[in-house]
Amino acid sequence: MRDGLAIRLRGVVKRYGSITAVDGLDLDVPEGTCVGLLGPNGAGKSTTMRLLTAQAIADEGELDVLGCRLPEQSKAARAQCGVAPQLDNLDVTLTVEQNLLVFTHLYRIGRADRRRAIEAALEMANLVDRRHSRVDKLSGGMRRRLLIARALVHHPRLVLLDEPTVGLDPQVRQELWALIDALRAEGTTILMSTHYIEEAERLADTVLIMSHGRAVAVGTPGDLIREHAGRTAVEVYGSPSQLAEAEAKARADGFSTRRTGTSISVLGVDGADGRAPEGERRPANLEDVFVLLTGEEIE
Amino acid sequence: MATRAANRIRIGRLERPALTGVLVREVVNFSSYWRSATFSSTVEPTIYLLAFGFGFGSIVSTIGGYDYVEFVGTGTVATAVLFSSAFPAMFGTFVKYTFQRTYDAILAAPVDTEELVTAEALWIATRAGVYGCVPLIVAMCFGLPPSWGMLTVPFIGFLAGYGWASFGIMAAGFAKSIENFSYIISAVLTPLFLLAGTFFPIDTLPQWARVLSQFNPLYHCVQLVRDAVFGFEGWIDLYHLAVIVAFGLLMWRIAIFAMERKLIT
Repeated sequence: MRDGLAIRLRGVVKRYGSITAVDGLDLDVPEGTCVGLLGPNGAGKSTTMRLLTAQAIADEGELDVLGCRLPEQSKAARAQCGVAPQLDNLDVTLTVEQNLLVFTHLYRIGRADRRRAIEAALEMANLVDRRHSRVDKLSGGMRRRLLIARALVHHPRLVLLDEPTVGLDPQVRQELWALIDALRAEGTTILMSTHYIEEAERLADTVLIMSHGRAVAVGTPGDLIREHAGRTAVEVYGSPSQLAEAEAKARADGFSTRRTGTSISVLGVDGADGRAPEGERRPANLEDVFVLLTGEEIE
Repeated sequence: MATRAANRIRIGRLERPALTGVLVREVVNFSSYWRSATFSSTVEPTIYLLAFGFGFGSIVSTIGGYDYVEFVGTGTVATAVLFSSAFPAMFGTFVKYTFQRTYDAILAAPVDTEELVTAEALWIATRAGVYGCVPLIVAMCFGLPPSWGMLTVPFIGFLAGYGWASFGIMAAGFAKSIENFSYIISAVLTPLFLLAGTFFPIDTLPQWARVLSQFNPLYHCVQLVRDAVFGFEGWIDLYHLAVIVAFGLLMWRIAIFAMERKLIT
């Protein structure tokens, strides 16, 4: 594997007709780390995930996954990857255990190890008691846990998680975070796409912020915040007209700002005591960086 | 351990473990829906057999030297094979890639589209080989004498079923929506089904229809099954067999092409 990278993308371009979904993407996932792919809807995260399993074929660029060149050697790479897709594709009329059994075969686990692999996956996903339940009788959280357990059944070196907690309750989300964190602790390499900032902040060693098919920033969450949003932000509240005024003033004074919907966040106010506007001070966060870099307007 | 796994998994086409993986999924799933699948694949041809056998049978007692029930009983084997292969392949494939997204999960595993299509066709063909025997068993209850040649019928059903399953997968691969299947059923399958010599011999048809039926794989299946039951006739049966195999190979390759276009973007 080149330079200890589990995934290495260089200048990857993927077009669908006139739409360029991925537009010259560079991505490094060092082995044993968790990289978060953060971006708004339509930034190209899911397309990137499909490129990594050769379910989409890039128009340009180099793709290496676990030392295999894609798409030619993709099958060897896929054998050592686990994939949990964004859209649930479990076999709903089968039981939890049957779903896992099918995947032990698809991932070529030998007869002698099959039982043990299923047990380990059930335990990891905390589904031991539900092994005989049909999937269509499970809650949304259990289904998502099973979807991840299914991706882990063959002990992959690299796990691709596409929006692992989208549409789940906060409690269920925490459960899944614990599961992903445990996986990280074992040293499994993880690439996780998400548009939940907190998720990336908590789980990812490195975050890559994507917008319009390109990487607009890469780094640890802490570095990204310091670099793009400074340490401290001020929240200015008020009526819409007051907010517009505060925004114009802060920009004139050379600050970056972002709208939160109910307030204006003025970023990078540390060490600018005299000029900083009045308001509620708070530490800058990854969401500030995200909105700053991917734009405030919804397309 | 990881590198050993990488070395063990060679990049090949049509690898047995990949085919097995897809087949296991089908077999495990079959345990949850075998009742409905068996019902529709056996009851329909049996109804045809009984309706035509007794309906026409009361007017026509023999055809081409055979008792009419025996004629229809052997003919509807091909019908049963068609119904239990082309239809599940069309609808099943469409549902699996559109609604259940099963193929997304399978293709993320070390399985290629070629292996996926091949395994699905093998599975449906196996079922068709088994269900194809149902009309024979029903006909035997109504007096069709058993013969050794009948033992080849499941294999004929398998071969023909492989072609029709591939045909169905191909149709699903090219279909834009599930409504497109109406055209295929009305414009392709129904005429082929009626021009196959199942319920009446094609010798009585006009010249153009007889020529057309030579291009109908279902006709060759009907003839081969009849000869298997009543006695093989040498070269002509090899010709029927060759057409069935050629049809299977052709449909298989086109089905792979169609599904690759659909699944790999």
